[in-house]
Amino acid sequence: MSADDWRPGATMEVLRARAGLMRRIRDFFETRNVLEVETPVLGHAGSSDVHLDSLSLMARTMKGDERLWLQTSPEYHMKRLLAAGSGPIFQLSRVFRDGETGRRHNIEFTMLEWYRPGFALEALIEEVARLIETVLGCPFPAVRRRAYRELFMTYLSVDPLLETADTLTMLRHQAARYAGADTAEWSRDDCCDLLMSMAIEPCLGRDGLDVVVDYPASQAALARRRQDQDGALVASRFEVYLEGIELANGFDELTDADEQQARFEADNQQRLALGKPLVDADQTLIAALRAGMPEGCGVALGVDRLIMLALELEQIDSAMAFATARC
Amino acid sequence: MASYSTNEFKGGLKVMLDGDPCNIVENEFVKPGKGQAFNRVKLRNLMTGRTWERTFKSGESLEGADVLDIDMEYLYNDGEMWHFMRTDGSFEQFAADKKAVGDTAKWLKEQVVYTITLWNDNPISVTPPNFIELEVVETDPGLKGDTAQGGSKPATLSTGATVRVPLFINQGETLRIDTRSGEYVSRA
Repeated sequence: MSADDWRPGATMEVLRARAGLMRRIRDFFETRNVLEVETPVLGHAGSSDVHLDSLSLMARTMKGDERLWLQTSPEYHMKRLLAAGSGPIFQLSRVFRDGETGRRHNIEFTMLEWYRPGFALEALIEEVARLIETVLGCPFPAVRRRAYRELFMTYLSVDPLLETADTLTMLRHQAARYAGADTAEWSRDDCCDLLMSMAIEPCLGRDGLDVVVDYPASQAALARRRQDQDGALVASRFEVYLEGIELANGFDELTDADEQQARFEADNQQRLALGKPLVDADQTLIAALRAGMPEGCGVALGVDRLIMLALELEQIDSAMAFATARC
Repeated sequence: MASYSTNEFKGGLKVMLDGDPCNIVENEFVKPGKGQAFNRVKLRNLMTGRTWERTFKSGESLEGADVLDIDMEYLYNDGEMWHFMRTDGSFEQFAADKKAVGDTAKWLKEQVVYTITLWNDNPISVTPPNFIELEVVETDPGLKGDTAQGGSKPATLSTGATVRVPLFINQGETLRIDTRSGEYVSRA
């Protein structure tokens, strides 16, 4: 340990600015009559998302020793509030994702998540853009919708939605070319994820906000699926990019309990194939959907990254008081 | 050798890639919010000195490389191999070939200590100290009185290296040289 290791990663100036930005976020929702809520960081269910690893711990509860999970997002609990009739809600919460450490990742981070019953995806995209403008304090010259497929055609000349062996070969070839990876055995989604992160993402959000829409149906997570104008099955999802950084991820939320149960099971099948631990489906969420969650949209935004952008910081470590490496 | 997972990849870790030992220079975690996580890794191939950029899915692993950096004193050249001896009192000797010595050949002076990189006990590279003191064996006669003025001339050193030196330097003088830039620093 060196003599300065006790110091915070962020300067006092950054921490003061951060406090101000958090206040702007709360004001934004207050003026729009969105209720601030607080849901647990520790819950009985982990995230089933194949590419998220939840942290867990053993706790002594009324039931004896139980395994509890640190939440990777407040989604399940907030959806239960929606089903219980909360109306529009937002939350600034701490979430945890095991193994995610890097220039733009910290295992523990602050997430802004909000839900808008009755909103269509377009209306929520507009609201996300307004929120980011409010926090950054300047309007965007443009807010562009970019279809996932169009981006791949433009930057890589390959149609990621076309399910042919030729397309897969091309995707693997492009992924190998961009990243020097041995991609011979990779799946379509692996190649798409890599190309999106390394070839396309750095070009997005320059001179304005880019909102990527119409993701492949295989990447729907908890979003509805629908047919795009060419008849391909796509996910009703969007992601927001600014200065090459992924900031937010929004869904036209799945409200069908049976479909939700099927997604949980599909996640576990994929987890099994990847040798990852299985995750029990959150039956309280299924029950809430069965009771009836209003149709609508929701979005999660990485607050630390927004602060990085607002204050022109290069590392997430300098946007928070103590990143995990300093704790 | 143990194998290392992407989350253990840190600067300085030695791993095997495509049959060659490599030194990890940089490891960047990249992950879309929904989707597969990757590690974008910069590695220096210790056999060729070339830098590679490779991407792995997070959680993939590479076998460790049995690579050690050891201080050794240069002994002699037998016409084919360069011989070094450990400085830990063991008197253990290692012979490095032309490929391992590479450009460092021009900085090799007896009794000076070098860093020898061993892979499976074989020298694969030789790194000179940052500064070395060498005698001038050949240069044009020095210009009297010219101690501050600019201008330089070539000088051949005892190891065979040629460096640019100020005009006032004479044959037989010992100079301090920066081996990284190959530049004259001062009189020793």
